This record gives sequence, structure tokens and C-alpha cells, in this order.
Amino acid sequence: MIKNIYFDYQATTPVDPRVLKKMMPFFGEIYGNPHSRNHSYGWEAEAGVELAREQVASLINANPKEIIFTSGATESNNLAIKGLADFYGDKKKHIITCVTEHKCVLESCRHLSEKGFKITYLPVNSDGLIDLEILKKSITKETMLVSIMGVHNEIGVIQPLKDIGKLCRDNGVFFHTDCAQAIGKIPLDVDKMNIDLMSISGHKIYAPKGIGALYVRRKPRVRISAMINGGGQERGMRSGTLSPALCVGLGEACKIYSKEMDLEDKKLTKLKNLMLSGIRKECDDIYLNGSETKRVPGNLNLSFAYVEGESLMMGIKNLAVSSGSACTSASLEPSYVLKALGVEEELAHTSLRIGLGRFTTENDVKNAVKQIVNEVQRLRALSPLWEMAQEGIDISKIKWAAH
Amino acid sequence: MAYSKKLIDHYENPKNVGSLNKESKDVGTGLVGAPACGDVMKLQIKVNEQSGVIEDAKFKTFGCGSAIASSSLITEWVKGKKIEEANSIKNTEIANHLALPPVKIHCSILAEDAIKAAIDDYKNKNKK
Repeated sequence: MIKNIYFDYQATTPVDPRVLKKMMPFFGEIYGNPHSRNHSYGWEAEAGVELAREQVASLINANPKEIIFTSGATESNNLAIKGLADFYGDKKKHIITCVTEHKCVLESCRHLSEKGFKITYLPVNSDGLIDLEILKKSITKETMLVSIMGVHNEIGVIQPLKDIGKLCRDNGVFFHTDCAQAIGKIPLDVDKMNIDLMSISGHKIYAPKGIGALYVRRKPRVRISAMINGGGQERGMRSGTLSPALCVGLGEACKIYSKEMDLEDKKLTKLKNLMLSGIRKECDDIYLNGSETKRVPGNLNLSFAYVEGESLMMGIKNLAVSSGSACTSASLEPSYVLKALGVEEELAHTSLRIGLGRFTTENDVKNAVKQIVNEVQRLRALSPLWEMAQEGIDISKIKWAAH
Repeated sequence: MAYSKKLIDHYENPKNVGSLNKESKDVGTGLVGAPACGDVMKLQIKVNEQSGVIEDAKFKTFGCGSAIASSSLITEWVKGKKIEEANSIKNTEIANHLALPPVKIHCSILAEDAIKAAIDDYKNKNKK
């Protein structure tokens, strides 16, 4: 029996045992309501939550008071975009985002477009990055918000947050960034980058699912309307009793990254190079999607020309990889993100996302390279397109009947 | 997605992979699908001119596991059949045999198209 190996760290990550250890008491003896002000049960739980808030804030150079706990990055993105629109929408009704954003950002914007907001969807260059000149030209007096993600979930590219932030600040536009995949992976500083709102997810950084955070700037103050009304927790921006265990988990995960970001980056860079060179040594026509240089090492989005992605995944069934984002993995359509990069559809059909992370070992990578190379070679021998390419036939010149 | 044993077996050990000489008069070639749609099938048959029986069949497929299995299966089925019999194979028979999930029915349709295209090509080459 060949063991399964996890290569889908962008979809989710396992909880780090160190994180789980810190969480456990909050599932047991420390069970108070962190919002109970009149006894020690509440105070104890509150102390855990507030320490976690500091740990999250510290990783992005924010003030703890600027951190709002949520259920995850989807909620944070919804709260940031809709909450801001609700508060400032009567004055400014234009939002700029990007075609490759996560569905929860795109859908929040679509929702607002039905309520009279004008949305500009920035295109991306073939490397997956936005063009700052186009962004600059898109900003008008009506623009309320620019929402651009930090690190891309599918292709791992890093957007120029600092430049975007400066442009927004100079023009008096709020800057929100979905940093679910960025936090812990690249240094983030809300002041240096002029970020007004930042979405954070727990389960992408070895904390549990069901917890996230939204950074909301206090100076100069950014106001958002609550989406969930109730007892006024989280400074009125997000009511509902917090789960101290989950908050503590997110806090500890951030604390670990505060210490180990560089170390992990180095380790993953080494493993990524091992993976990519290992595959390329044996197989030609392997394309890396997204910028070669401005990307996080944990993400390898590769096109295996002439081999359809789903069949490749079926062949490497012991390797848990993804054909795109987990949200769209049931669809037969190639990824909207790769299309936006201008990756031709036939190549987009051959793409897989291989995610490396904290618990990936060198042996895992070597094992994966062997399986991937074997399968690519086997399936290419099966592929009429590969055969044509070897015969020098230009596939793009053939008149195919679309079906 | 859970696939049937038969499907997985055809995917892992496909039958009749390869190519026949497409210039040869007794070989019919069908090339269907499109790379942009994620499926391309090339199916070839070698026909005995006297008896009209398909003596050999080969395929190559770019596509998902279901597409590979469908083409492998149909090459098995058409071998030894007369071209008229092969021409009447229905995609539903392939889909049922492999227990294709609903989203993969198009793979069986493609296989049916491929054998029909190969037979047409053979007939065109051998017009009297």
C-alpha cells in the first residue's frame, strides 16, 4: 500500500500540534464566556482571546484593538467589502477589484453591483500580477475601495501590496486585501503597506477551520457596518460569542509564524526547487503558471502539456493535489484564473496545483516527483496531441470541432 | 468521484494503445474532440477488405480517465466486428458498461463519434 501524501496546502492545512496544545484547555477547564465580565471564568477565557488578538496583530504590525475575530476569510472579505459599502456607500459607489480574486470577493462585489455600485475588475498580466498603471487610471473621485489579494490561492503570485497601498492612500481610497494565503508566507506590515482592511484565515496557517480575522484600521479610522448584529462583541463590528479555543489557535499559529517565517520560507524554497527541477529533468514542456519570481514557494501551479489534468490526478492518486481551487474542483471548466492569465484553454486543461507546506518532507517530494514523472510519461504515450507534437504537427492549426 | 472497477482497469491498463499507418488504404482514422475542451480521441481501425471485418483497432486519447477508458473499451468491442456492426454501437452501451457518472457521459459520446469517424474515413478511402 502506497501512503497518501498531502500536497494541497492552499486548500487547507493540518492544525500544528503546538497550536492544538494551546487550544486544548479552552475545550476543557477554561470554558467561560469570554464576554462575561463579572467572574473569573469569563476573565480567564477573555485573557486567552486577548493574548491571541495581540499575537495576530503583532504578525502584521497592527494594534490588537484593530483585530476583529470572524469565522474565516470568507466572512472577513464579506464584512470588509459589504460593511464598508454600507457605511460609505451613500457618498462613493465605485469599487475596484481584480478578475482573479477569490470567489467570495467577486461575489460580494457582484452583490453590491446589484445594489447600484459600479465595479471595475482589473485584468492581470500573463504573470498574474495587476498593472499599477491600469489601477491608477481606474481610480476616480467616486472610488471608495480597492480590494486586491496579497498572495493568490491558485497560482501563488504576490501582488505589489505596498505600491497598491500607496496609490490608494494618495487618492483617499480604502485598501482592503485578502491575505488568507499571504499571512505567514510573506512579511506584512499594515502601516508600511498602507493597508486599511486585511482578511486573515486560520486554516491556511495551521490553525483550525472556522476562525479568521479582519484587521480594521483605527488611525485614520475606517468604519464598517456590522453584518451580524447582536450583543455588540468585537467593538460592535461582529456580534456573537467568540470561541476562545479557536481564537487561541489562530493566535498561536500567528506567533509561530512571527518566529519561523524565514525558516519555513527557506525550507519550502528548497523543496519547491527540488520538485520543479526533478519533474523538468525528466519531462519537457512543463509550464509554471504565474510569475516565476514574485511567488510564494509553497505553490506550484504547473501545466503538463499534452496530458489532461484530471487523468493525471487519477494516475497519481496517492498524491493529494488539486486541479485549481477546492471551491471549483467539481467543475469541468478550466480555471477562470488561468484563463485570466491568458493561458490557452488546452494548456489550462493540463494544469495542477501542487501545494507544499510545513509538514512536507524531502522524501515526500522525491516520491511525488517519481510518481508524477511516471504518470506524465505514460499518459503522453497515450496522448494523440503528444504524438502530433512529436511529428511536428502544429495543434493550433488543426480545425477542431468544439463539443 | 468514485469510479467503477471496470473504468479504473481500462484507465490503468488501457487496451490497444497505439497507432496504425494512417496512409494505408485499409486503415480508417477518426480524430474527434478538441484540445480546448479537454478531450481529443484518435481511433483507428484496420479493415479486412474482403470480409469487412475490423481486424485491429488502436487509439490514443487526451482526456480524463473516463475518456481514456471509453476509448480503450470501444477498441476492444469493435475488434472482430463487421464495420456495420461497429457503426451501430451506442454511447449508452459504453456508459452503462463503465458506469460513467452523469458528468462524464460526453466521454462515451466522443467514443461513439470516434468509431463513426474512423469508419467514414475508411469508407471514403475505399469508394468504388
